[in-house]
Amino acid sequence: MELILEPLAYPFFVRALVAAILVGTVCSVVGTYVVLRGLAFIGDAIGHAAFPGVVIAFLLQVPFYLGAAVAAVSTALAIGFVTRRTTLRPDTTIGVLFAGTFALGIFLFSTIEGYVADLFSFLVGNILFISIGDLVGLLILGGLILAAVALLWKELLYSTFDPLGAAASGLPVGRLEYLLLILVALTIVVSVQAVGIILVVAMLVTPAATAQLLTSRFARLMGMAVAFGVGGAVVGLYLSYWLDVASGASIVLVETALFVFVLAFNPRGGLLRRRRMLSPPG
Amino acid sequence: MTLATVDAAATLATVPTAVSLVDMAAGYHDRIALEDINLDVPVGSLLAIVGPNGAGKSTLLKVIAGLLPAWRGTVSVLGAPPGGAARRIAYVPQAELVDWHFPITVSGVVMMGRYPGLGLGRRPGRGDQEAVREALIGVGMLEHAERQIGALSGGQRRRVFLARAVAADAELFLLDEPVTGVDATTQQDIMDILATNAAAGRTIIATTHDLACAAQCFQRVVAVNRTIVADGPAEIALDPEMLARAYSGHLLMLDGNRVMLDDAHHHDESGAERHFHDDGG
Repeated sequence: MELILEPLAYPFFVRALVAAILVGTVCSVVGTYVVLRGLAFIGDAIGHAAFPGVVIAFLLQVPFYLGAAVAAVSTALAIGFVTRRTTLRPDTTIGVLFAGTFALGIFLFSTIEGYVADLFSFLVGNILFISIGDLVGLLILGGLILAAVALLWKELLYSTFDPLGAAASGLPVGRLEYLLLILVALTIVVSVQAVGIILVVAMLVTPAATAQLLTSRFARLMGMAVAFGVGGAVVGLYLSYWLDVASGASIVLVETALFVFVLAFNPRGGLLRRRRMLSPPG
Repeated sequence: MTLATVDAAATLATVPTAVSLVDMAAGYHDRIALEDINLDVPVGSLLAIVGPNGAGKSTLLKVIAGLLPAWRGTVSVLGAPPGGAARRIAYVPQAELVDWHFPITVSGVVMMGRYPGLGLGRRPGRGDQEAVREALIGVGMLEHAERQIGALSGGQRRRVFLARAVAADAELFLLDEPVTGVDATTQQDIMDILATNAAAGRTIIATTHDLACAAQCFQRVVAVNRTIVADGPAEIALDPEMLARAYSGHLLMLDGNRVMLDDAHHHDESGAERHFHDDGG
């Protein structure tokens, strides 16, 4: 009990806890669609693309999330546009954009002289250093993302499950796809300070992937993903505090451990408990 | 003009047209798939599109569904340009294009038919649930409403998507291979459901590989091979001359009336269907 309550006396820890819950929620909600659409690689690419935006924001002395948002959203739109308009395989064009934008970030980063530990923390994440101003900005952004999903969850679900059927019956499937890419980009912006650019894809994918092993109902999947995402972020934050390790790594490791455990032992056909596949869906 | 032909013209004019294509051409990227397509489908039709692999059956269905733009010509669907009457159209993709592991139940899929009419931000209400229930009863799937779709047999999976079209209250059903890879009894059940819906004034257009099914269960057959090579009452599906034109190269003439069809794709799909069963059971 002492271990749980003691850090709450520090305002910086309370801020980090709020950020962890926000990041766990938003990532898991958007990540549910990312997993069902197979967008994990795109999520990784958009995460890396946020880096030059963060560096430019640092150079211009504006909040990091503004720079990250511009860079991530424009890369998301570019990916959406290029993969539709060329005959190259999508993973090829994403790979090109992914490395190119990240290289731009490192190029700009290396032009800065002197102390840039602040900036380095965006690569690996440090949720314990989050400022009150940044936290308010992230809460607003996270609220907007959740509001968009609350408004469009069923249209996003239909166009994810059956894009042809949804388009034929009048849903704007192309625009919904762009919207989802923008939501992924903004989710990454909300998450980079907590887990860092390199690990952010894990926050998007791991909780929803764990939930997918346990249920075959969409609403339950999203609910379980949020529980795993928030739980993993909070437990990871405490581990980071008590063991004095990088918060991004500890959060992602907790979520990964949960995924591996469920993968091995879940009652619906875990790798170590293989049973009949035709069990009633849970 | 004699009186009789005036009468015939008047009778024709009273049946409204669901789909009208004039001199239509379409394709993908720079490859043309269909050209010189002229087709009129009256409301209440039960029409099969047949033809060999790559003949453009699915392409034709996609143009009518508004999923693929026509390169040339005029396309009118339910009195509107493509996409203009989308709320009144239900499109069912080929079973092999559906992710059967998707986390959704039978009633969840059928409810999707209600989504476009609900509008943004509105949750399905009591009326929508009632529509889903009635649609499931109509296809005999009510008892499976809460099962995950991957746990169903091939025929049950087709019925779920038919129920979605019914629940959407669509006037035009566009079905890509609805009876491919299901057994004869299931095929008959599905065709009975389609015939009932056609009799209720819905227009049904389905692609199929199964010529026997096209001849026995549909009212009209359109044979496609890059263009329309035959269009007439269902019996033409088994007419050797039509088959020779539509299936040139896939066909082995045995004697005057008997033919053998060498259609590899059809066998592949049956194989895939068995695989699904193994997967589910």
